[in-house]
Amino acid sequence: MSARTVLDANDINRAIIRISHEIVESNHGTDNLLLLGIPTRGVFLADRIAKSIKLNYPDFDLSSSVGKLDVTMFRDDLSQKPSRQVEATIIPVADMASKTVVLVDDVLFSGRTIRAALDALVTFGRPKAVRLAVLIDRGHRELPIRADFVGKNLPTSLDERIRVKLTESDDEQSVVIE
Amino acid sequence: MKHLLSIDDLSYHDAIELLNLGNEMGSVNKREVKKLPALSGRTVANLFFEDSTRTKISFEIAAKRLSADVVNFTAKGSSVSKGESLKDTVLTLEAMGVEALIVRHNSSGAAKTIADSDWSQSTVINAGDGTHEHPTQALLDALTIRNKLGSGAESGDLSGLRILIVGDIMHSRVARSNAKLLRKLGAKVFFCGPPTLLPNGASPLVDGIYYDLDEALSDKFDVVMMLRIQLERMSSKFIPSQVEYADLYGLTESRFNNLSSNTVIMHPGPMNRGLEIASAVADSPQSVITQQVTNGVAIRMAVLYRLLAQEGSSK
Repeated sequence: MSARTVLDANDINRAIIRISHEIVESNHGTDNLLLLGIPTRGVFLADRIAKSIKLNYPDFDLSSSVGKLDVTMFRDDLSQKPSRQVEATIIPVADMASKTVVLVDDVLFSGRTIRAALDALVTFGRPKAVRLAVLIDRGHRELPIRADFVGKNLPTSLDERIRVKLTESDDEQSVVIE
Repeated sequence: MKHLLSIDDLSYHDAIELLNLGNEMGSVNKREVKKLPALSGRTVANLFFEDSTRTKISFEIAAKRLSADVVNFTAKGSSVSKGESLKDTVLTLEAMGVEALIVRHNSSGAAKTIADSDWSQSTVINAGDGTHEHPTQALLDALTIRNKLGSGAESGDLSGLRILIVGDIMHSRVARSNAKLLRKLGAKVFFCGPPTLLPNGASPLVDGIYYDLDEALSDKFDVVMMLRIQLERMSSKFIPSQVEYADLYGLTESRFNNLSSNTVIMHPGPMNRGLEIASAVADSPQSVITQQVTNGVAIRMAVLYRLLAQEGSSK
């Protein structure tokens, strides 16, 4: 099947900048904001969004506002998929009660990863609110879940594959549909 | 990998992966909800034909932290006393929906017998079989050593470390599993004990053997692991007296005081305080005996997760 590039490196950078503005806008500032990336690429995206926020809001403290949330153990398809690497979870604050958590992932598809993330999150505490930011929303939801911040809505058919490449993990940066 | 019967079942890569997973599992203890849903709806049986405190409770807590249902079977007070065989006991448990058996038995090879049989479909984890192996103990010891001494190597193994295992080697499945695993991970492992308690075939298992503890301790070791004198497994006299053993092979306070302050002291438990290890040594800051127990839960969670949650996977 032929591969088609839908976002190039600059498109991705612009989407990240826009999402970072939208997050701050909906949160009425940067107070009590906590970004949690879902491994692997969600972690890189969360870092980039946070750094983009920091550019406009120098008071935004990166060390206490960005973390990562591994959801492997909370998945509902553990026995069907080949073994996944369990990664560390880092929640940089002791108490999430006052925080608005923004989960960050690269592609929103069935919604099952986010379902697992919500379950994982409550084992650490009870955030004030949980939002979802994704670079790509490709549709085909199997659960009642939607994203609050979307880089690009990408209608796809089920037999297509979306590959997100970021400089942190890949040799180039693009979103390709195959 | 369906079963964990021996350290031989693990590749170097498997072992490193289990240690890394063990660290992540250990972090669950720091969460508000100390439970993961990975094994929800699965049933695990502790099948213990031999007495145990920490291994049994450790496996039970590990399984419960992963949301599995746990049933505890102990030979004492069961139909085994009416003559029910190992096979019938397993068939009975499986008929009630048990999917994994954690087996401790006084006969070497008992866990393998179940795993290899055509009458059992369960995943089998060896929790100590006779004088053969105790793989999860070796894994928790490796995790404890790695966390305490760090790993010089990028790979996260134990290269460069020197480890001395002292005592009743002959009856010790812990010594056997540890020697295999720690060497697989790159450490140098040495045994020390009285000749009567060091089996003839031990030398290929280790990098060296000492018969004199003071001579052994004068060579520098990063870790000294004391073993329990297993009086219940001794059919005849292997040591002249307990007092003499404590004197010759016990980690007494004076021996301990001569060690470097960086030497890590380990003991798989249960301890005979005053026999193989002095009380003050066991309670010293260099002792990681309680960390070993804590890591036991974490590593058993990792093993259960690996064998059960990913059972349908290709590995």
